[in-house]
Amino acid sequence: MTVSTLSAQDLGASAGESPAAAPAIRVEHLWKTYGNGRSEVLALADFSLDVLPGEFVCLLGASGCGKTTLLNLIAGIYHIDRGSITTDGRGVGMVFQEPALFPWLTVRRNVETSMRFRRLHKHGRRQRVDELLHLVHLYDFGDRRPHELSGGMQQRATLARALAQDAEVLLMDEPFGSLDAMTRGILQDELERIWRATEVTVLFVTHDVSEAVRLGDRVVLLSSRPGRVIEEFPISLPRPRHTDSAEVNEAVHAITERLRDEVRRHG
Amino acid sequence: MAEPISPLDQDIRGVDALDIPRRDRRSLALAVWRSLWPKLAAVALVLVIWELVVLSGWKPTYVLPPPYVVFGRLGELITTADFWKAVAITMQRALFGFALAISLGTILGLAVSQSSILRRAVGSMITGLQSMPSIVWFPFAILLFGLTEGAILFVVVLGAAPAIANGLISGIDNIPPILLRAGQVLGARGLNSWRHVVLPAALPAYVAGLKQGWAFAWRSLMAGELLVIIASRPSIGVRLQFARELSDSAGLMAMMIVVLAVGLIVDGAVFGNIERWIRRNRGLEVSR
Repeated sequence: MTVSTLSAQDLGASAGESPAAAPAIRVEHLWKTYGNGRSEVLALADFSLDVLPGEFVCLLGASGCGKTTLLNLIAGIYHIDRGSITTDGRGVGMVFQEPALFPWLTVRRNVETSMRFRRLHKHGRRQRVDELLHLVHLYDFGDRRPHELSGGMQQRATLARALAQDAEVLLMDEPFGSLDAMTRGILQDELERIWRATEVTVLFVTHDVSEAVRLGDRVVLLSSRPGRVIEEFPISLPRPRHTDSAEVNEAVHAITERLRDEVRRHG
Repeated sequence: MAEPISPLDQDIRGVDALDIPRRDRRSLALAVWRSLWPKLAAVALVLVIWELVVLSGWKPTYVLPPPYVVFGRLGELITTADFWKAVAITMQRALFGFALAISLGTILGLAVSQSSILRRAVGSMITGLQSMPSIVWFPFAILLFGLTEGAILFVVVLGAAPAIANGLISGIDNIPPILLRAGQVLGARGLNSWRHVVLPAALPAYVAGLKQGWAFAWRSLMAGELLVIIASRPSIGVRLQFARELSDSAGLMAMMIVVLAVGLIVDGAVFGNIERWIRRNRGLEVSR
């Protein structure tokens, strides 16, 4: 793992470098293969990563770099072959690439789901759902069904549902990948605002370099097959960042070059 | 809330307003009429053809009576207590048999969907059983149970349960994996997962299985009532049989209309409405 050699004024130190803070996510020497026999794929090999509490980390890589696999491992959906993952005891929330709202429930009931599983009191649930719906600007749509919402609204509802878990960690797997550019831009602003308001730790997977630079405190570049950390790029530009600003473009350019080198290696 | 609206808020509202599908505001009366008139037209067409065949003199009218005679007969029948007793006996058998088929089919479906060994063992057998004409079971059922309610019930359950089991199995098999993963991340474990994720997600296919199961149950029951005639139990089937023996064509056809009507009412009014409700709730309706 090497740290970026971009000029110091662009990048600076990553957020919260105090050594005392225990990481919100600690991934240590993780190995994961899937499939079996001939079609066996080594997805992650000796993968390690720490994410600090409140940090916004973007995982970036070409296809086959095991980004989604890593999130599913952290969320406990897949089993770990070797190594360890430690997260805070409150579990993790997750926003998937495709909208994964339950189609038979209203938006409000969807957001409420995890609180029902945790047997929270009805009154408390109601209040929290109201808060979250306001937070993602969907208060007026609480009684609608998911299919009555646009893709961007569904992703915001999914975000509210994940936040309702009250987890310290939020995993996002290319959440804006299928949205149009305009909506994606708005949702990036929205996510940044919510992240600052809630101080949640975000691990955000994307293949869009400018999205990563736009949002991340740190951009972690992964190699493909097997997934390893090639390089980390701390981004200390002031927020909110604009994807058309010169500083952002410079960082995007540097990261894209590095990514291209990695892709060529497989050519 | 008196907060000033930020540009971001305004963007979001604008995009939402453009994106959101408009709610349907058609009146109920119009909707009912739109669904009703093609059916009425089809019925009218059938009656016209029927009347024309009678007028052609192909068969004497004591064998093939014209529609007004049959419906006149039906009008008389529904004022008699005997008729309603027969309908009550038949419906009682249908509902009891169908309820039993639902319980057995559901348990079987759950078991097969969860156990790969059971699936390999009986999975294809369920489909095989479903394709077997239920009337084939009657000689065996009569040997086993004699000319009793048990024989009829046996065949009704055997006819309907496989369709119900298959519906549930395919419903559970075809749940989008993303919903199961979402449930897992949200903390759905064990019974919670079944109650809040698996069963609601499998519901549309399960209801389709129930609907098909009802059709099988009703068919098996009618076959059973024609074959298994119990002296003190004057059912719809018994009345059909007697009408034939007495060469009472009008009475026979009136009873056939009753059989058709019951089947249609349960299929359309009960299952049709449940299915429509599910489709509307989940946005599975295609607007043309």
